[in-house]
Amino acid sequence: MPELITLSRVNKWHGSTHVLRDVSLAVTTHERIVICGPSGSGKSTLLRCINGLEPHQSGEIHIDGKLMAGATRDAIRKEVGMVFQSFNLFPHMTVLENLSLAPIWTRRMTREEARATAFHYLERVHLAKHAEKFPNQLSGGEQQRVAIARALCLNPKIMLFDEPTSALDPEMIQEVLDIIIELAESGMTLLCVTHEMGFARRVSNRIIFMDHGEIIEQGSPAQLFERPESPRLEAFLARVMHGDR
Amino acid sequence: MAIEQPALPTAMGAGFRRGVWLTWATLLILLAAAGYELNLDFGYLSQKLPFLLGLKLAPDGFIQGAALTIFVTSISMICALGVALITALGRMSRNPVAFAIATFYASLFRGTPLLVQVLIIYLALPQIGVVLGGLSSGLIALSLNYGAYLAETIRSGVMAIPAGQREAAMALALPRWVITWKVMAPQALRLIIPPAGALFVSMLKDSSLVSIMGLWELNFLAQSYARTTYHYMEMLIAAALIYWALSILFELVQFRLERRFARGVAVAGGR
Repeated sequence: MPELITLSRVNKWHGSTHVLRDVSLAVTTHERIVICGPSGSGKSTLLRCINGLEPHQSGEIHIDGKLMAGATRDAIRKEVGMVFQSFNLFPHMTVLENLSLAPIWTRRMTREEARATAFHYLERVHLAKHAEKFPNQLSGGEQQRVAIARALCLNPKIMLFDEPTSALDPEMIQEVLDIIIELAESGMTLLCVTHEMGFARRVSNRIIFMDHGEIIEQGSPAQLFERPESPRLEAFLARVMHGDR
Repeated sequence: MAIEQPALPTAMGAGFRRGVWLTWATLLILLAAAGYELNLDFGYLSQKLPFLLGLKLAPDGFIQGAALTIFVTSISMICALGVALITALGRMSRNPVAFAIATFYASLFRGTPLLVQVLIIYLALPQIGVVLGGLSSGLIALSLNYGAYLAETIRSGVMAIPAGQREAAMALALPRWVITWKVMAPQALRLIIPPAGALFVSMLKDSSLVSIMGLWELNFLAQSYARTTYHYMEMLIAAALIYWALSILFELVQFRLERRFARGVAVAGGR
């Protein structure tokens, strides 16, 4: 199986803080990976390095065969969709305009093609009727679904989710998770940072546990949840499972 | 900075708006009554009004009065905007030289009085071989002075946009110019327009400083007519009312622009 993402010995510092320590990772097509760990463990930073939103200082990141560097960053980003914790929809554009932006300017589609693409993905997140609305006319859950559709409009090979439900009211979390589950079932390669352990177990084929910028342990959900090897993972699970819905 | 805006709160409902208009009308009537008490010579006023408004050209064939005021203000506005954009870019630049030039310029022109700047440009520059006419000196001084303030306004507008907006645009692999002009600029403009409007209204009145270089703008004309005929009140009140009317025009333009760039923000709650 070809590897879509490979990280080899990636290191990153924020000033004097070592936020990623020798992180190596290989992800093949159709993998569904959940990254968990305590806050400040480098999970979000790892995602942000994978689409070049943040530079790393040493090691190599290859996405779809391309080495991440200044010259390849935009080409790589075309293959990587990203969904943020705070949605980051463009407030001055309608839902349709938000979705058409990447098809028109990144994928160089005509306006009609872009519109068709936008509606295709809006249907997938069940929001086609809201196409002409502005983001702040939608609920948090709807906004996050629009943000997912916007990332999909790029037609990426990989989807990254950075705590996609952390900014949502509890009753809106499930609608967003359902969309991600549907996406996973359709074969999309995805990496998701989340604290939703029930969802993690359901959607992922592999869970990565990070702490202090290191990958401490990884494996299938069953393996990690039932037979954690490191004491740190055990302690983490005890804390999050306690509060699990 | 206080901005008087009679027509702003459209979302407040009809009762609020009617109250605002009625109060404005009452205050206007009170003001007019007070003015009437001054026993103004309206004959003289109507005779001089076309000159004050600039409907007639000055003896040297150049525009004068309010027309000159509008001319000076609009040219300076455009130049100030250009200067401010470049300065704001320098102010946000990681290049130390660009940053230093931008901050040096902004500090110098915000830290010295406009009047001094006008005089230095008009009187001191010729000594180092740069001879400028009164009009160009005035335009340059106003543009540089207001450009310095406007640069900070632009910068603060850009900085106020959440970092996630740019990141989301970059994650979509959008070309740089699309990120700048379609994602960032419209959002920054919404924040920049109100304080920029206040600056331009203030510039309208500061444009009277060009009169010290012999330009016959509104304030200068009013004062010289007043001095020669002792019709001080008539001329000063006329000048004040014309400035006020022009400011209101500016505010209306500002209000329209504000509404335009409030797209997506003003519609909250319309679910």
